[in-house]
Amino acid sequence: MIKFLIKGLLRDRSKSLFPVLTVTAGVTLVVFAICWVGGVQTNMMSASAHFRTGHVKIMTRAYAEQSDLLPVDLALVGTDSLLGHLKASYPGMIWTQRILFAGLLDVPDESGETREQGTVAGIAISVLDPGSPEHKFLEMEKSIVRGRMPQKSYDCLISETFAQKLKVNPGDEVTLIGSTMFGAMSMTNFTVAGTVRFGISALDRGALIADITDVQTALDMDNGASEILGFFTDDIYHREKAVDLAEQFNIKNTDPDGEFSPVMLALEQQEGLAGMLDMVGMMSSVIITIFIVVMSIVLWNAGLMGNIRRYGEIGVRLAMGEAKGHLYRSLLLEAFAIGIFGSLIGTVLGLIVSFYLQYHGIDITSFLKDSTIMLPDVMRARVTSSAYFIGFLPGVCATFLGAAISGIGVYKRQTSQLFKELEV
Amino acid sequence: MENDILIQTKDLVKIYPMGSQDLVALEKVNLTFKKGEFAALVGPSGSGKTTLLNIIGSLDTPTRGSAIVMGLEVEKLSHKKSAELRNKHIGFIFQTFNLLPVYTVYENVEFPLLLSDVPASERKQRVMQALEWVKLADRHRSKPNQLSGGQSQRVAVARAIVKMPSIVLADEPTANLDAENSHNVMQIMEGLNKELGMTFIFSTHDEKVVQYMRRIISLDDGRVAKDEFVKSVKKRV
Ligand SMILES: Nc1ncnc2c1ncn2[C@@H]1O[C@H](COP(=O)(O)OP(=O)(O)O)[C@@H](O)[C@H]1O
Ligand SMILES: [Mg+2]
Repeated sequence: MIKFLIKGLLRDRSKSLFPVLTVTAGVTLVVFAICWVGGVQTNMMSASAHFRTGHVKIMTRAYAEQSDLLPVDLALVGTDSLLGHLKASYPGMIWTQRILFAGLLDVPDESGETREQGTVAGIAISVLDPGSPEHKFLEMEKSIVRGRMPQKSYDCLISETFAQKLKVNPGDEVTLIGSTMFGAMSMTNFTVAGTVRFGISALDRGALIADITDVQTALDMDNGASEILGFFTDDIYHREKAVDLAEQFNIKNTDPDGEFSPVMLALEQQEGLAGMLDMVGMMSSVIITIFIVVMSIVLWNAGLMGNIRRYGEIGVRLAMGEAKGHLYRSLLLEAFAIGIFGSLIGTVLGLIVSFYLQYHGIDITSFLKDSTIMLPDVMRARVTSSAYFIGFLPGVCATFLGAAISGIGVYKRQTSQLFKELEV
Repeated sequence: MENDILIQTKDLVKIYPMGSQDLVALEKVNLTFKKGEFAALVGPSGSGKTTLLNIIGSLDTPTRGSAIVMGLEVEKLSHKKSAELRNKHIGFIFQTFNLLPVYTVYENVEFPLLLSDVPASERKQRVMQALEWVKLADRHRSKPNQLSGGQSQRVAVARAIVKMPSIVLADEPTANLDAENSHNVMQIMEGLNKELGMTFIFSTHDEKVVQYMRRIISLDDGRVAKDEFVKSVKKRV
């Protein structure tokens, strides 16, 4: 009997091929949608993580409370040993220190008099070290507009907009006027190696990027940094892991009474990002839910149509003495097989497309021309573990339910009625 | 004598609710069929022939009254019991043949046997025997769409008799056949009736069918208008 049913399935493409294709298409879409939404979410997080928050960030407690003022006097000290300790304790993470500082940029004329001046938001990072992870995080090479990357001490990059405002060209000398960690005034000369545009207005308005050792000297904060950022090696923000990491770190290292004791914050504990993360998470669940519901309805309907089309066959089988329960179960079995098969193929296809877009991504630069949102230029899908099985939900359940509900007609209807519907 | 009665209807009424007014398809039908009969329900379209056959075949249930088939009251049977009755004792033949298109002739005829776990070797023998009866053994590998109408209906006959049922119900079996094929199919069924003693009940308004009958029951508007046994068989083409 099973053999008889399988023969029927395989020979009748409207019973096998087309339903499988429908399920496959639906499941492919669901799997891809999930990976894509997950990817966009991750991409948004990653821009924020790379430029500002890290996956986790360590500051002094005092700095953390006023971080928007960029108070270098509240910076971490002894960061070399802290970094060493972090690298040893958390081998699965990448750690990097930065100094954020405010200052005045002075552009002298030939005679050394001030020609132009502007306030600057400085970012000191490890840029001269070719092995520094910052090259990847900030994608500086790609963002160079004019000139080149810093190659020697006291080279710096400034944002292109800022350079135009100050009429500065690569090769020009500029003077950074700031205050040291101890409140004294400091003046340091830098050479503009190049100009950059990150596509993030907050940075492009007036940023200066210099090597951290130069800035440490300039601001008299030897072995100090305003923050240490930590990143997961896969460069993906893992919420629970990050929050957990911060909690554990703080239990061990934070002295609740020590203003200058280090405190670790996860990405979402900074700048109200938890709210955004929750919102994006909610939106993606809504999108995915709608998707799954719509797909379920489509697949259910396909199952329904399939059975209605088969009333003739069903009528004959009943007339030959097949019991209704037996027939109903065989319809369910077929739907189940089709659901599983279609979902398998659909999941594989969805994953292939998603993996492709995870590695290659889609360049959305042209859509972002005038945007001020912190979005990366290349949107990538992200294959999550749920993508491996979530497609089965609409794929199997909806097909099965469709067959189950339409099959109830087999029970409810008088058998003779099935023939009448055939004849119309 | 009592034991010879295969089918008995008692004040059989079938009403189809049609909006405000009901449609009475069968009105107090009392009929008895004995083993070995070769009978036809005749009457104009809409007179209730199909409805009566469907109730006898337990594909449908009466609104009132009862139909006793092989000693069982069809209106009281569960899904399972009525399926069993059909599978064991009743063969159906339809106007539109209703072969399953994706299966071969052999598989179509084999299907009723699959439902009752007949062993494979016996299945093969019985299927081929049934196909011999309808003279289509050589076409057992064909698909229904490779057959003519007459051949299709003969396959349907083979499918109906492969289980050696006591009763074969044939609803306008010749309506889609030309004269030659009609006679062909009728002669096969007559042979089965005579040689195997199977009871045949037809529904028809085809003269070619009627001339083979030994009993003719006229239905008119759901009532039995006439019920006569015919002694002398007419001359055939
Ligand atoms: N399922 C149904 N619903 C409503 N009316 C029906 C149904 N089946 C049959 N009828 C009606 O019952 C009457 C008898 O039908 P039927 O038994 O098919 O007649 P016949 O086979 O003699 O042509 C007809 O008037 C037909 O329209
Ligand atoms: Mg009819």
